[in-house]
Amino acid sequence: MSASSSAPGLFDCRDAYVRAVRELAEADPRIVAVVNDSVGSSKLGAFRERFPDRLINVGIAEQNMVGVGAGLANGGKIPFVSGAGCFLTARAMEQIKVDCAYSQANVKLCGISSGVAYGELGATHHSIEDVAWLRAIDKLTVIVPADPWQTAEAIKAAAAFDGPVYIKVSRMPVPELARADSTFAIGRAETLREGGDLAIIANGTLVHHALAAADALAAEGIAVRVVNIATVAPIDEAALAAAAATGAIVTAEEGLSRGGLGGAVAEYCARHAPVPMRMVGFPGFAPTGSAPWLMEHFGLNAAGIAGAARELLDAKAGR
Amino acid sequence: MASSEQLRPVGGMGAGTTEARVAHVRERANWMRRRLLGMIVDAGQGHPGGDLSATDIVASLYFDILRIDPSNASAPERDRFVMSKGHCTGALYAALAGAGFFAEAELDTYLKPLSRLNGHPNRTYLPGVETNTGPLGHGFPVGVGIAVAGQIDGSEYRVFVLTGDGELQEGSMWEAAMFAGHRGLGKLTVIVDRNRLQQGAGTEDTNQLEPLGDKWRAFGWDVVEVDGHDPAALLAAFDDTAAPRDRPRCIIANTIKGKGVSFMENQAGWHHGVPNAAQYAQALAELSA
Repeated sequence: MSASSSAPGLFDCRDAYVRAVRELAEADPRIVAVVNDSVGSSKLGAFRERFPDRLINVGIAEQNMVGVGAGLANGGKIPFVSGAGCFLTARAMEQIKVDCAYSQANVKLCGISSGVAYGELGATHHSIEDVAWLRAIDKLTVIVPADPWQTAEAIKAAAAFDGPVYIKVSRMPVPELARADSTFAIGRAETLREGGDLAIIANGTLVHHALAAADALAAEGIAVRVVNIATVAPIDEAALAAAAATGAIVTAEEGLSRGGLGGAVAEYCARHAPVPMRMVGFPGFAPTGSAPWLMEHFGLNAAGIAGAARELLDAKAGR
Repeated sequence: MASSEQLRPVGGMGAGTTEARVAHVRERANWMRRRLLGMIVDAGQGHPGGDLSATDIVASLYFDILRIDPSNASAPERDRFVMSKGHCTGALYAALAGAGFFAEAELDTYLKPLSRLNGHPNRTYLPGVETNTGPLGHGFPVGVGIAVAGQIDGSEYRVFVLTGDGELQEGSMWEAAMFAGHRGLGKLTVIVDRNRLQQGAGTEDTNQLEPLGDKWRAFGWDVVEVDGHDPAALLAAFDDTAAPRDRPRCIIANTIKGKGVSFMENQAGWHHGVPNAAQYAQALAELSA
């Protein structure tokens, strides 16, 4: 798979995810993993060797996988239910809604290889709708980590949290972000850079592109606030208020803007702080192409984000 | 955490002579039928047909078989009952109230605004409910997951799942059946409420289930078929200590939709439907006879 190899300094977040789950499992016998024949793609082979009784493979059956996860939670386990994000969220949508969220079952859903990581395989295998449709489900926490550190922190926080959580785990190579505050909390955004001219709100694989875009804009004298909103639901409204105070917001995500992070930010702004926005994301079903090509093609990179920012500032200034 | 001594069949049954156990279940089932019909009449809606076909099964479990503690509804070692046919809340709520999970008077709030007695059960506000059901095909996979947890831990608790027969047309049921057979979940029992009717027509005219026992056997299950209105047969099937321990058990309970009320029996139209005053009086009279 073209997106799975990592250049120096770039990381596949699945490695951080399996490491975190395994560390948790060493310390807590309640931790189990549930998969749909996805031991390999979820990189859980070593977990299975270490904890053969705690790796539950239901076979190719996503509805049963999520239902079984809810049942394991009823039986006192903390299940990490892992499968390709596209199948986990779409095929088992009603199980996520009813068995996990509505029932408030303590299930941790991990959408592996999400976004357009399976580029060439096409829209059936892309998971770009997941945030939009899961965000519509009440009482379900939705987290889109940006890098290996945040992936591991999100996994640990989800295990400690009593309730259903969805974590979007990327296999797209990303750098480890430099950050001053190394604490993670569900529902708390991370301000990576201060700036008063415009805010870029990103999550997942787009955060490092947002920082690069901010660098490019800084060279043009534009001071950009960069906010990583990993937890899309429940969203950090204080961070949104601070972003809106700049007077212009660009959102960026490896997913549909419609209903995704872009939609979430727009809902807040429309209610509380109307500001002009641009949304960087996928407009709909993506065509075939490698994952890097698709990101490039749809402007999901630093150039695309910076371009959206310039366009927004120009429009605001009436240029 | 409840001690195992507190986890026992409600009413002290589950032991004693067969005659006494059967008489107790019969009395409770009759009470449930009268109570759930009153709830439906009062609410102006409900699913009497499926409630009445399931009543003897639910009564056998709640008033004899299940090791539960209504004062500690989430005791880890409790037996679990999952109502996969989640629309049959008339029977479920009557049993939960009868077992002591909440006051019987609360049954009068059935389907009223803000009642905890929703049209489909909700565990987040009603004690005794294991998982929220309603859309068909959900409770069974969850029950399988509970049994897997118990299998991993070597727990003693049993898991009982009641499904409708029409519900077996959902694909998720067979995903769960296949996996439970594969795992050899010996503490899991599924009861199929085999009333042969779904919402609008017969199961066999809609999407044939037969040969139903063969299907379950092919998925690795131990299968028994009983009269689902005979408490003695039901209790024997639940008790059966000779049943294989390395396989889950499917009890195909042959039932009559609307059982106990002559004009409702075997009538698809009473899947949902509310008796008028005269019908309700007649139903109560028949159930008192």
